Amino acid sequence: MSNSFRTTNSTGLINKDKKINFTFNGTIYHGYEGDTLASALIANGVHLVGRSFKYHRPRGFLGVGVEEPNAMVQLHDGNKSEPNIIATEVELVEGLKAKSQNCWPSVQFDIGEINNVLNRFFPAGFYYKTFMWPKSFWMKIYEPFIRKAAGMGKAPLLPDPDRYEHNYEHCDVLVVGSGPSGLASALAAAKNGARVILAEDKPNFGGSLLTDEVTIGNMSGKEWASDTISQLKSMPNVILKKRSQVFGYYDHNMTVMIERVSDHIENPSKYTPRQRLHYIRAGEVIVSTGSIERPISFGNNDRPGIVLASAAKEYMKVYETLVGKKPIIFTNNDTAYSTALEFIKNDIEPIIVDTRDSSNGELVKEVQQKGISIKFNSGIADTKGHLKINSAIIGKLDSSKESFISEETVECDCICMSGGWTPTVHLSSQAGNKLKFNDDIDAFVPDKKRQKETAIGAANGSFTLNQSLAEGFQVGFDLSNKFTDQNNPTNSPNSNEPSYEKHEKLWCMPLPSGKKPKRFIDFQNDVAVSDVELAIREGFRSIEHVKRYTTLGMAGDQGKTSNLNGLQYVSKIEKKIVPEVGHTTFRPPYTPVTIGAIVGREVGNHYLPTRKSPIHTWHEENNAVFVAAGLWQRPRYYPRGSEDMNSAVNREAANVRKNVGICDVTTLGKIDIKGPDAPEFLNRVYTNAWLKLPVGKARYGLMLREDGMVFDDGTTSRLSENHFHMTTTTAQAANVLSHLEYYLQVVWPDLDVNVLSTTEQWSGIAVAGPKSRDLLSKLFPDVDMSNEGLPFMGLVDSSIDSIKARIYRISFSGELAYEVNVESNYGLYIWKKIMEEGQSFDIQPYGTEALSTLRIEMGHVAGAELDGRTIPFDVGLNSMVSQKKDFIGKRSLSKDAFTESDRQTIVGLVPLDKKTKIPEGSHIIEDNSAVAPIPKLGHVSSSCWSVEYNNPFSIAIIKDGKNKIGKNLYAVSPLKDISIPVEVVSSHYVDPEGTRVRS
Amino acid sequence: MLEIKCPYCGKRSQNEFSYGGDATIKRPQLGDEISTEDWDNFVYYRDNPRGKHSELWHHVSGCRQWFKVSRDTATHEIFDTCKMNEDFNV
Ligand SMILES: [Zn+2]
Repeated sequence: MSNSFRTTNSTGLINKDKKINFTFNGTIYHGYEGDTLASALIANGVHLVGRSFKYHRPRGFLGVGVEEPNAMVQLHDGNKSEPNIIATEVELVEGLKAKSQNCWPSVQFDIGEINNVLNRFFPAGFYYKTFMWPKSFWMKIYEPFIRKAAGMGKAPLLPDPDRYEHNYEHCDVLVVGSGPSGLASALAAAKNGARVILAEDKPNFGGSLLTDEVTIGNMSGKEWASDTISQLKSMPNVILKKRSQVFGYYDHNMTVMIERVSDHIENPSKYTPRQRLHYIRAGEVIVSTGSIERPISFGNNDRPGIVLASAAKEYMKVYETLVGKKPIIFTNNDTAYSTALEFIKNDIEPIIVDTRDSSNGELVKEVQQKGISIKFNSGIADTKGHLKINSAIIGKLDSSKESFISEETVECDCICMSGGWTPTVHLSSQAGNKLKFNDDIDAFVPDKKRQKETAIGAANGSFTLNQSLAEGFQVGFDLSNKFTDQNNPTNSPNSNEPSYEKHEKLWCMPLPSGKKPKRFIDFQNDVAVSDVELAIREGFRSIEHVKRYTTLGMAGDQGKTSNLNGLQYVSKIEKKIVPEVGHTTFRPPYTPVTIGAIVGREVGNHYLPTRKSPIHTWHEENNAVFVAAGLWQRPRYYPRGSEDMNSAVNREAANVRKNVGICDVTTLGKIDIKGPDAPEFLNRVYTNAWLKLPVGKARYGLMLREDGMVFDDGTTSRLSENHFHMTTTTAQAANVLSHLEYYLQVVWPDLDVNVLSTTEQWSGIAVAGPKSRDLLSKLFPDVDMSNEGLPFMGLVDSSIDSIKARIYRISFSGELAYEVNVESNYGLYIWKKIMEEGQSFDIQPYGTEALSTLRIEMGHVAGAELDGRTIPFDVGLNSMVSQKKDFIGKRSLSKDAFTESDRQTIVGLVPLDKKTKIPEGSHIIEDNSAVAPIPKLGHVSSSCWSVEYNNPFSIAIIKDGKNKIGKNLYAVSPLKDISIPVEVVSSHYVDPEGTRVRS
Repeated sequence: MLEIKCPYCGKRSQNEFSYGGDATIKRPQLGDEISTEDWDNFVYYRDNPRGKHSELWHHVSGCRQWFKVSRDTATHEIFDTCKMNEDFNV
């Protein structure tokens, strides 16, 4: 098989000097540079490319571009494998591998075709009716069965090796589609000085000018297109993008365009992205997306070899390829005659079947002058040929055109059908345009716009060249003038094209006598005329319901060739006009988009930014295991030798209790607060009192939301009269800053206060344990580290090696502890310095796990307790709540539900066996032998292994907690089938008096 | 994605901002006696109008200013934006 369906002319856009080899379903073929996978297969006589979705019927190409519903293939293999690719959109590239989908074991012999034989069991709504009951069968039996039978393409299981990029563009005028109206508007807008982007989906600019026999000025349409493109190319205010599909139209004129950058290149540079996603914010969008030809429904109208007439013409004119050598042209309008003429040019005489009684159109006459007779008042009733069409039954229509008077069988190898044209209104519809029905063309066109979007040319229902060009030049000028005021219009040149007579309103042929073949409307979802009839018979009226019940227009092609025919048929049965039936809404994407392109470069480590403390390298060098804390990477623990996590954590925590530990707390949120009203502001933000905090002292503070729930906690210190340093938890740092800004800017703008995040400016190092004082005294000999010199919650400025350091006497671990803050850049240096001096005090670094252990034992609350569902009372912090002043959220605390004494409150839990660790999240219940549903008392928020008592310990929040102390309850985790008898104890398990921090 | 004109920085893409809810809500004065009903109205209850809505946005990935936006909740049309101490022109 070697390109036996090529024409002999060379007026197209392929390069017959460059052969390209490719594989389809295991067979090696060749095509030429400029071919698509579709044109190359057709040139090799291959029409059978897939199996239909529901009935597994053999299917071939229907179209030549984005409208193609049948020819979906799986491209490439391994990690480059990509499913559901439309073969008409794939440019041929050396070594391309493609295979059919939805067939097994092969496209020629497909087991699933039994569905076709059994098709009376697969009517519309079949799945809804059959697989409803019993419910338990759905997951186990029906769903896997349907999935297997439905098949479609296979998603690759390996990571996508290709590179995708995102690009952001702004322009005055975006023109979508480069047919005559698009080119005209781009030229007019650009000449008037506007910044223009012109996007074309295909590899060549020109749209219908590449296939229509017309003249513009003194040039052919094709020449004028190429001349216009060269003019645009030379202008610095124009960006031309081919292979670029604008697939989405979002709010505020944000459009998204996918550019196929290197899919068509044999060995692209590894730095070239495969595809690029452009976010284009356009001042005005011109929708010049043209129109799509409509099929006609007739018996077995889905056999391979049955194509759209315009597609057949484009295959001949652009790809120098014949869809067949014994063609039948079947039409209800004049445009298909240009396809007939193209066949005649290639010395092939088509049989022409026209539903109309007559036509005096120029093209019709031209065909007749060539001696071809036309079967008017006729239609195709049925077709034959299993894997490829081999004959058609042509019938003479009666006067009502509701049945055939006579039928004859005619041999053929293809049918080129035309049911007229549908404007491509998808983008306008996506933009919120309310479409209106145009009776002249029997299709919807854009009408009331919601955004700055203007449809022109065929997309606007203007099907003549003159009209398209005039609209293009006028709209291009008008819209660009909004941006440039240059007032420089471009005149529309004269153009010449054949005149056309009107189409006939007939898109569905009667059934042949004595037979009921399927007459398809939606090829991709296998929806036939009978399915629509059934849906209406069963009472579905709204077009949205008919659509969902039959799945008409719901496939990946979004009904590009089927929506209007479906509507037309519903309106015919219902005896309503089409606008009364209404239409469904179009949504992005207009064509399928690879997930990789949407993700872009945000993969792997680029998925999120990573925040590292300045001490990070030391942690790495010292065997830290890291954990993500928001965007931060924090050391979780530092295993030694063969230690597992538990033993490392226990060692680290025990060393803090016994000697001294060092922990990187750089990640804590830090906010600098300045201004004469700063004390008053803090007094309103925190639940406790702040006005009288002395300079040089820190205080623990608790923040609520207005609904009374605890928002965050932290230590804030007064550096001078009007200058405070606030710390927040790592997790809430950003939210606290926004919260403070909100109150300062929106609620109390009269307060003279400024806030600024200084999280990244400071490196924080916690030094905790009984030996911490001796260690710091050695490091800062100038500072009096005694309890009197630097008491608990005190702070002092000092320095090491002339590096300024601020030392806070604060503690999260419950031990005697300090926190040394230095400018970020010195963090690593000071850390190393402390480690060095600390050797003689048996210093060890500890990570977030040991940090948690230490705070849990002490009953200090953290994120697990402050989860947005607890008020201060619940977490034992009622003493933090001032009764004397008002503050954010205070009024909520006196609401009824918040004052109930048996609210869930914080307690400690110890397993009775002193061995079994209690999983976080466990439920607390009173009686584990009770019958479900068992009342839940609360849940376990935090768990650790107490290094002080050498047994497990947990914090829980349970109903009437205080009065449960001393009782035995159960911590249960039903999913894990765990039930642990526990004793309720105080949440302050270690040092409940808090003597150590003050020692 | 919306395009929002920050009164301090100019037009920026929506992903630089965060939404802050109804701009017409006034927090009760600190220290005032307030009924549970009024307090609940302030904390919990919001209108959900179709059409023009005066709302707060925060330029978090920009100048970090809170400001007011008058937006149509159905069409997303933005009629005007202004600083907190200003009123809309339209
Ligand atoms: Zn701003």
